[in-house]
Amino acid sequence: MIRLQNIEKVYRTETVETLAINSISLDIARGEFLSIMGPSGCGKSTLLNIMGLLDEPSKGNIKIDNQDISSFSDKKLANFRNQKLGFIFQSYHLINDLQVLDNVELPLLYRTSSPKERKALATEALEKVGLSNRLKHFPTQLSGGQRQRVAIARAIVGKPQIILADEPTGNLDSAMGNEIMEILMNLNKNEGTTIVMVTHDESMAQKTHRLVRLFDGSQVQ
Amino acid sequence: MLKNYFKIAIAVLKRRKFFTFISLFGISLTLTILMVATALVDKMFNPGYPDYNQNRSLYVERIEIKNSKEGWVNMSNLSFYFFEHYVSKLKTVYKMAISSGQKSSNAYVNNKKLVIDYKYTNADYWNVLAYKFLEGKAYGDKEIKSADRVTVITKKTKEAYFGDEKSVVGQYISADNINYRVIGVVDDVSGSARNFTGGMYLPYSLSKDSQETGLMGQYNAVLLARTESDVSKMKNEFAQMMKKVPIPPDFDSIYCNADEFKTSVTRRMAGNSTSNGVAKVITLGSIFVLLFLLLPTINLVNINITRIMERSSEIGVRKAFGASSKTLVYQFIVENLILTFIGGIIGIFLSILVIYLINESDYVPNFNLSMNLTVLFLSLLNCVLFGLISGVYPAWRMSKLNIVKALKA
Ligand SMILES: Nc1ncnc2c1ncn2[C@@H]1O[C@H](COP(=O)(O)OP(=O)(O)O)[C@@H](O)[C@H]1O
Ligand SMILES: [Mg+2]
Repeated sequence: MIRLQNIEKVYRTETVETLAINSISLDIARGEFLSIMGPSGCGKSTLLNIMGLLDEPSKGNIKIDNQDISSFSDKKLANFRNQKLGFIFQSYHLINDLQVLDNVELPLLYRTSSPKERKALATEALEKVGLSNRLKHFPTQLSGGQRQRVAIARAIVGKPQIILADEPTGNLDSAMGNEIMEILMNLNKNEGTTIVMVTHDESMAQKTHRLVRLFDGSQVQ
Repeated sequence: MLKNYFKIAIAVLKRRKFFTFISLFGISLTLTILMVATALVDKMFNPGYPDYNQNRSLYVERIEIKNSKEGWVNMSNLSFYFFEHYVSKLKTVYKMAISSGQKSSNAYVNNKKLVIDYKYTNADYWNVLAYKFLEGKAYGDKEIKSADRVTVITKKTKEAYFGDEKSVVGQYISADNINYRVIGVVDDVSGSARNFTGGMYLPYSLSKDSQETGLMGQYNAVLLARTESDVSKMKNEFAQMMKKVPIPPDFDSIYCNADEFKTSVTRRMAGNSTSNGVAKVITLGSIFVLLFLLLPTINLVNINITRIMERSSEIGVRKAFGASSKTLVYQFIVENLILTFIGGIIGIFLSILVIYLINESDYVPNFNLSMNLTVLFLSLLNCVLFGLISGVYPAWRMSKLNIVKALKA
């Protein structure tokens, strides 16, 4: 589903050059639930962003769903992300000016769908994460765990084949974290969604199909 | 989609009340000033009552006599003699309204001083200009020939001098201790129609200088052609005539122009006897408007950049979930247009208020500025331009934002 070949990422500032990713190759199968672990600053987020087409690698090749995206225009890339990918961030990144329902509808705004369809799909996604009674709330009126569930609803509302989650439980206590993990595992099992998750929690990583360990930009396991 | 833009735009406007206030204040104030200014300009170039024959008329207001060796320049209005002796002989001049500048006279009502502005006119003045008579009639050649002490007064003068009396024709009005018999009452003319406004109109034969034979004096004239197409012929004939007017001793050139109405305004504002001032007025006007629009636009661009950069997380999320740069630019421009439109609507209401206050204040007598549809349309166009100019650059800058950086900020 995702194929990375010899990916390298160098950050250049005026004074220093940081090699954030050092020649990583990875094959992730359709329906796989993969977790990435490693110490802080070892390049986990960078790798995930490259998989999610949010950032470009300095070297190497990416194929998603057998498509080489290196030649895609901005518009085509945006459309591809919209159709295939869903993101979950550590700090939720909800839009505080918008109600929960509008936040969840967001990915659908960028494809052709009627307001009615959007509302139905968003409501359905919020039901899946157990928040159907919070549609009209604003993000600031919710707890951290609830916010992350809204973020999950937003990630799944467009029924993407791949979900990329960067420390989704990083800001939550273990009970809430377990709830989130539960939702992701069900998603993987019931809908066959491919999931790549960065985590610091060994026990959560153990629940996934495969674990990749990074150290200083290189894959060590 | 548009509804969603609207939702977020309103939410952001509500959240940042101070920014919103500053933006709306800038936009509405700028628009108000522009709208009032256009209404003023509009009034200046289209004064209306009582001069409805602008398309058939030429205006003669000023003469300039020069001695180029010594550098002497004499400039003034014209003499009655000039119009009667030279201009009235032109074949293309169908009728000519000659009138003097305004002067003040004192009248007394119940021991209170009343200042009445008066001017002298010829008989055809009343035929060229469409004064509205509320009672009585104008003086004609007969009254002028016999230098009758008769007068046409305006409604305001009537009310100030005679109070509530219904009819005043046949009664006497005393100005500077001279008694004039009122023979007509007309509607007042706006102070912006400077050659036609006044409180009291008198036959020119009552003025002391109507007999003098120099070229300079206190009179100006409207020359009416038979048809619109005759106007250019009249202009030519007038210019030919000027070549034959004898140059006074000690001088070597004279200049006098018969201008179309709009040109007469620009010549007065920015021209001189040899340049009509049209180009200058247009250039200065455009520069003024541009500069005037530029400042609030730069201000808005700045505010917008700050506002948009504050929303970098939102930009990152939207891009991650499939918004292309183009879509985002579109969203932010629409948001900005919504803001400018709200500002525009406030601006329109403010303008109506300001124009109402100007009209009420009577600073310029009988001004009656109006917000016409052209002004309204131009103002709305301004809004759109404003929204685009101040929205495009910030939107473009923000759409170029790297997603990962946007999400980190
Ligand atoms: N925009 C950037 N500019 C320069 N260096 C960066 C940038 N982003 C990340 N890095 C560096 O790249 C390395 C990997 O970062 P990251 O992928 O965020 O690590 P992790 O997610 O594993 O904590 C770190 O050393 C970090 O300092
Ligand atoms: Mg990280």
